[in-house]
Parts: sequence; structure tokens; C-alpha cells
Amino acid sequence: MYFRHLREGAAPGTAAGSSEVTRREFLKLTTLAGSGLTLGLVLPGCGPKSASTAAQATGPLVMPFVRIAPDNTVTVICKHLEAGQGVWTGLPAIVAEELDASWEQMRVENAPAQVPLYGNLAFGGKLQATGGSTATANSWQQLRQAGATARAMLVAAAAKQWNVAAAEITVSEGVVAHAGSGRTRTFGELAGSAGRESVPTKVALKDPATFRIVGNEKLPRLDGRAKSTGKQQFAIDVMLPGMMTAVVMRPPRFGGKVSSFDATKARAVPGVVDVVQIPRGVAVVGRDMWSAKQGREALSVSWDETDAEKRGTSELLKEYHAMALGKDAVSVITRGATQAALDHAAHRVEGEFEFPYLAHASMEPLTAVCRLGADKCEIWAGCQFQTIDQGNAAAAVGLRPEQVFINTLAAGGTFGRRANPESDYIAEVASIAKATAGKYPVRLIWTREDDITGGRYRPLNYHRISAAIGEDGKVAYRQRVVGQSIIGDTPFAAMMKNGVDPTAVGGSAPEQYDLDHADVSWSRARAGVPVLWWRSVENTHMAFSKEVVIDELAQVAGRDPVEFRLSLLGRHPRTAGVLKLLAEKAGWDKPFAQKNGRGRGVAVHESFGSVVAQVAEVSVSGDKIRVDRVVCAVDCGIAVTPDVVKAQMQSGIGYGLSAALYGRITLTDGRVDQTNFHQYQVLRINDMPAVVEVYIVPSTSPPSGVGEPGTPPIAPAVANAVRAATGIRLRSLPFDLAAARRAAV
Amino acid sequence: MAITLTVNGETRTLDIDAQMPLLWAIRDHLQLTGTKFGCGMALCGACTVHIDGQATRSCITPVAAVQGRQVTTIEGLATAAGQAVQDAWISLNVPQCGYCQSGQVMSAAALLASNPKPSDADIDSAMAGNICRCATYVRIRSAIHQAGATLSAAAHG
Repeated sequence: MYFRHLREGAAPGTAAGSSEVTRREFLKLTTLAGSGLTLGLVLPGCGPKSASTAAQATGPLVMPFVRIAPDNTVTVICKHLEAGQGVWTGLPAIVAEELDASWEQMRVENAPAQVPLYGNLAFGGKLQATGGSTATANSWQQLRQAGATARAMLVAAAAKQWNVAAAEITVSEGVVAHAGSGRTRTFGELAGSAGRESVPTKVALKDPATFRIVGNEKLPRLDGRAKSTGKQQFAIDVMLPGMMTAVVMRPPRFGGKVSSFDATKARAVPGVVDVVQIPRGVAVVGRDMWSAKQGREALSVSWDETDAEKRGTSELLKEYHAMALGKDAVSVITRGATQAALDHAAHRVEGEFEFPYLAHASMEPLTAVCRLGADKCEIWAGCQFQTIDQGNAAAAVGLRPEQVFINTLAAGGTFGRRANPESDYIAEVASIAKATAGKYPVRLIWTREDDITGGRYRPLNYHRISAAIGEDGKVAYRQRVVGQSIIGDTPFAAMMKNGVDPTAVGGSAPEQYDLDHADVSWSRARAGVPVLWWRSVENTHMAFSKEVVIDELAQVAGRDPVEFRLSLLGRHPRTAGVLKLLAEKAGWDKPFAQKNGRGRGVAVHESFGSVVAQVAEVSVSGDKIRVDRVVCAVDCGIAVTPDVVKAQMQSGIGYGLSAALYGRITLTDGRVDQTNFHQYQVLRINDMPAVVEVYIVPSTSPPSGVGEPGTPPIAPAVANAVRAATGIRLRSLPFDLAAARRAAV
Repeated sequence: MAITLTVNGETRTLDIDAQMPLLWAIRDHLQLTGTKFGCGMALCGACTVHIDGQATRSCITPVAAVQGRQVTTIEGLATAAGQAVQDAWISLNVPQCGYCQSGQVMSAAALLASNPKPSDADIDSAMAGNICRCATYVRIRSAIHQAGATLSAAAHG
């Protein structure tokens, strides 16, 4: 797999790593890669400056995914966006393991936008993109192969220098040694000559039982220091000579367009240098952020709202409720005789569930920098869809994609927001550069208000569920989901099967439990509010209703929630395994003091190839819910960097809890009601559980996702805990215990 | 107009609007980019700096208000508490995306300077103004305790 895509004529089905790559092809590749790596020459903190030393005798070993420099540093070329999920640590760990490097010599640097070389293999390799919690999974084999190949070349070079058999040479902690003669060399000393070795056609990968970096609990993050000292560079920190700063005034309703504008007052603001119209609004450009922002406040725009969305969320929800009862829907899963089973059930649960629009609200508001020349466009941003961003920027400035150079920087969070098919903020900065004729490099900053009101939300959703347990013990489950399609009107629509958007309705109960009778259907809502994937995508709502209804079924049948779930997991042994580990670690079989408003609840969900289960212990005081402790178990295959896995579970829990307790975007007459963190509230430290314990299921399976799967179970686990504590059923998010109490009367 | 600022011990005179928030003067005019923009309304804490040692939101503080006062940004954080906080942050792998962490570190350093042995409740109360969307909060609590212990050990050692 590793090099197969480099040779057009490679035979299909070639075994992993066994196709040949000549040195000449390597140099060609290196040159290509090098063109994007010039970032390191102009900006601080972006990697070694060794590109020009390639021709020297003591030069580096340069390969597509790893570069070993004479200074003994090993730099992993990262094709994925680091947005906090830890790829800058996990991907280097894979290479370091197979290379037998020491962790201290590892460095990391972002790859340029280039496919197929840096394509995401989980998406067919034709697209360079980070998403769907695939970064580690799709890189696992590729980077093991890369590390092992580089190691073999170092060994071959040493064998030649010492005139000994390669088999007699050992590598450990970045040192190549020959025990017989007592000779040693560092990687840096061998890099130049290793670079002249032919690339081996076949390399052996390590036995996972011998791993010492992969699976190491104590591995420090490679970006920990830079991010603790203010030195990590984000797009908002890029400072180019002569650079100006832009903000954009966008339509107050989604789908609105600029009708006309009067820039007289804006231009009079000191420091404002340009006011230009772009496809999505009017940009005010200033010498600094303050002048651009002041200029925008003085700008007057009239909008053409002919095609704008003018409905509010209450109107939309009213329509969704009607659609849930209507016939206009596509079938997602049909199994058994659901209606009959529901009609003759022994125990039955009915539920309606509402999920609001949610903004991602990453801490770094969307920012991108563009420098446009006559035949070249450079972009600096926390790019999540590098090659799509490249194409969209090219279209905005009228160049070909290969004339656009994407410099991916660390992103101050994304949670899916930066992965949008239109590359909205990147297309905007490119449009501003075009409209100002490339006179100066320009940096576009979205304010927090732009971010919260800017759309591309987790879709508003409504679920209607009837579920039952028959006299025969068999479960019937009927669910109608109503919501917008995320991919429907985008180039990703090809992912839809039989009219079903898997990013709208995946992960339903009959997919995840052994249910005999099931009927899941989807009514696609149409609204002008742009929607997008939001950390764990469809699982944010599908897991909630599933886990709440399953829990209520257990309750009405008088069964223990864990035991009842296990009884439905015969064909899902991995899920059962996670649930059992969780129950053990959470002390589920021990009595829980369910008094003084305390309760505990459980939820489990499989997403992105991983299974996560959580127990939440809560205290309810009045209408206030406090989560005291969360115990989490995860099966993500081999945990490459266990501490990062734990961090991602903690993070997913906090992100999901934020939505469960506070997250809600509403619209009135098509205008977004929330503008900043005082209205769009998010989880703060005082609401974070005092205890979050994470346990990883030992595994020898290849790694699967961790960035997203920690999010889905927390909200249903808390809802189930609140029901255990109070008897009140929380069916809608964010939780409103007072409203639920009123509804229960 | 001419505004004179003392940032990290260095005094500079800038030709800027007196109402410009300190945040943008620091970032756009002094090129000290460790201090971050998050909300512009003192709601998230990403822009936290020290003014005469007090944790302050620079995004709503006009430059005119800090003339003649000592401004410290993450780049100039050199106190014992600051060092202990950063060491603890690194050793416990606190940061994820890292964007809010300058502000978190500045708030934590100010907390420890006045209260070297904070309880969880003290930490929650002092740090509630600093949002972290990666929800690194559990580790932030642990790191502040660890930094506090380091400071106590140094004081008694």
C-alpha cells in the first residue's frame, strides 16, 4: 500500500510495501514535497531548514513521510490536520516505533496539499482530508511501512560502511549498532549515505508484542511545550510583511445577497484601506484588526433577501413534527414485523426527541491568510480538507489548483467546522485577495459573532420512536428521523445510498443491538440553514435517542440497564466487551446510594470503528444537574498513544456534556438569536465532572477512531442518570429539567 | 495617537487609537501572538494577560487604560508560579488544540501567586472565565495542584 500509488503501472494486488520505487522517483517526490515545505523557511517554528542540503554528502534521508537530518532529528511529514486530537504525537509514534528511534529526536511537520501521495486512504486516497476519526486508522499501515523502510535503509548503509551483514546490525533508541565490532552510528550520521541506498522492496514489520513507543502510557505530546508557552503558531498568528487584516459583513439571513453598499463611513475610519464586495458579503480591509472591525461597524449594506431563509427554528420544528407523522420518508432499516410486534407488546416506550442546531465554536475563530501573485496563490490556515481547500481557493482567484500552495497550520479546534465542501472561510480570503488584486497579503479573521451566527451547524433534528418488548422477549423498534441532509447538496452526495444520507441517520438501535423487529426511516427536511458534521456527526443525536429508549425499555421491563443491553449484544461481542469492562470499573454491581438527588446512568455506542461506553453519576439539586463522576471504557483497537486516547475521551465527554447542558442555536424569522458565549453557552471548568476515569480495552486489532467516539454516550448516560435520580425523562437537548418536570405532570 | 505601553518590561510608543483593545495592540502592533483572540467580550479568557500581576482580559481593556502599568503576556511570564504552571502543563499533557492555553496558563499563574494551595473549588472559581472547547479541564485542575505542590516544595526546600 505504501508506495503503490507512486507507480502507475504497479500490478493490482501488489503486496504491502513490495512495489519498487527508484531513487529517481524519490528525488522527484522530494522536490514536489519540498515546494510546500518552504513554509519552514519563511515562518518560525515550522521545521528544519534542510531542504537545500539534500545534495551534500552528509545530507538528510528524505522520504515522503519521514526525513532524517544530519542533526539527528527525525521529522515525520504529517498529512493530517492537528486540531488537538493528537495526530502530531500519534503519527510520529507509529514511525518512531518501526524506526526504533528515540522519542526525543522526533519532530513533526505538516505535509503540503498533494494527492495521491498524502491522500486519506479511508476516503479512497484521492482526497487529502482529516475527518471521520480516520487519521490514525488510515495511516497505521502506511507509517509503519515508512518507518520500517527508513530503518532498513539506515541498516543497509551501516552494513556497507562496516562491511558486515545487515542481519548482525541492531537498532535501538536512534542508534545503529554492530555488537560484534562494537561500532555505533546515530541516525544523523548515517542519514546521508542511507539516502543513497536503494529503497527496499520488502520490509518486515515489528511484532506488536515488542512495541515500546506505540502503547507507551507516558509519551509526552510533541506539541505540549509549544502549546503551554504561547509559541504554537496558528493561522491567526501568521504575520507577513505588509499584511492587512480583513473582516467580512455577511447577510443577516442565510441565503441573502448583497444588493448594494455604502462604504463612505467605513473608508473614513482611520486604518481602513479597502472595502470590497466578495461573493459572500462585503469585506473591510484595515491595517490591523481593530481598524477593520471599526470599519465594518461603520459599513452600510442593503441585502437582497429574495432567496433567504426566513423561517425560525420554532416554525421548522413544527414542520418536522408533522413530517414525522407523514408518509414522505425513505426506509433506512426494515426488519421483522415491527407494527405487529408493537401492537402486541408486553412493555412499550414512546418518545419524541428534539435536538437543536449547534455551532462548533472552536476557540480559534476561523482565520486564513492569503498571498496572491500573478500565477501563484499561497494560503495559510488550519486546513482540514487540504485538496478541497486548494481547489476552492483556485476557483476563487482564477488559478489552477496546482498554482495554489496550501500551508496547513495547527488549528485552534475544529470539531468538523473546517471540513466544509465549500471551504467557506478560505474561499472568502482568496476572494478578498482577488478583489484587492493581490496588493498585499491579507488575513481574514471571523469574529466570535461571525462564528456563532455563521451557520454550518449540527442539523436540527426530530426523532419519533416507538419501542417495545414482546411476551417472547423480542424487541421491536420503530424510529422516524427528521432532519436536513449534511451531504445532500454537496459533492459528497455520492455517499448517499438509496436516498439515505448516512451522516443523518447512522448508528440506529437495530444496527447496534440484536433487535428482531425494526423500522427506521428518514424524512429529509429542507431549510436554508447551512449544516455540517459536528464532532461525531449523526451519532450526536442517534446515540441519544437509542440509549435513552433502550434504558427506558429496561426500566419498564424491570431489568438492569447493563444486563438488558448485554442480552441484546450477542452479535456485537466487542460492544459487550466494552460494556463489561465499564460495569466492572464503575462498580455497577455494587449498590449505589440513590438518595439526595443522586443517580447513575449508562450508555454505549459504536462509531468510527470504536466502541465507547460511559457511566455518569449525577446529583440533581432543584433543576440543576451536576455530573460528579464519569467512568468511560473504550475499544479503539491498538491504542497508539494511550494518553492521547484518554485525553480524547475526556474531551469528547466535555464536548458532549456542553451540548447536553447548554448548546442551542435558535433562529427567529431566519436570524440567529445567539451571538457570543453569553448566549451560546459552553461547558466551563466548574461544570466539568470532578472525576473522569478512562479505561482502554486491550486489543491487537488495528487502530480505529478516537477523536469523535467519546462524544455520543455522555448525553444519554446523564439523561438516564437523571431519570434514575428523579424519575423525570429528559428527551430533548439541551436538558431543561424544569420543562421536563412540567411536561411530566 | 501616541500610546506608550510597557509590555514584558519593554516600553514602546505606538501610534494607535486610544480605544484600541490591548489585545490587538499586543498582537498586531507588537507582534506578540501568544495572547489569543477568542470572543472580544471578556467571555472566554483566551486573551488573558497580567496587568500589574492581575489576570486581565486584554480584549476589552483599552490601551489608554494601561499606560504606565506593567503588562505581562505569556511570552514574558517569568514568575516562579508561571514556570511551575507551564512545567505541570507539559508533564500532564494538558493542551490539545492549545489555542486557549496561553490564557489558561496566565489565569493559573495569577491564581497560584495569590493562593499557592487552591482547592478544586478555588480552581473552578478562578478558572471559570477561561473556556476550553477541548475540555481539558480535568487536567487543568490536576496541573494546578501539581504546580502548587512544586511551589510549596520550593518554598520549604
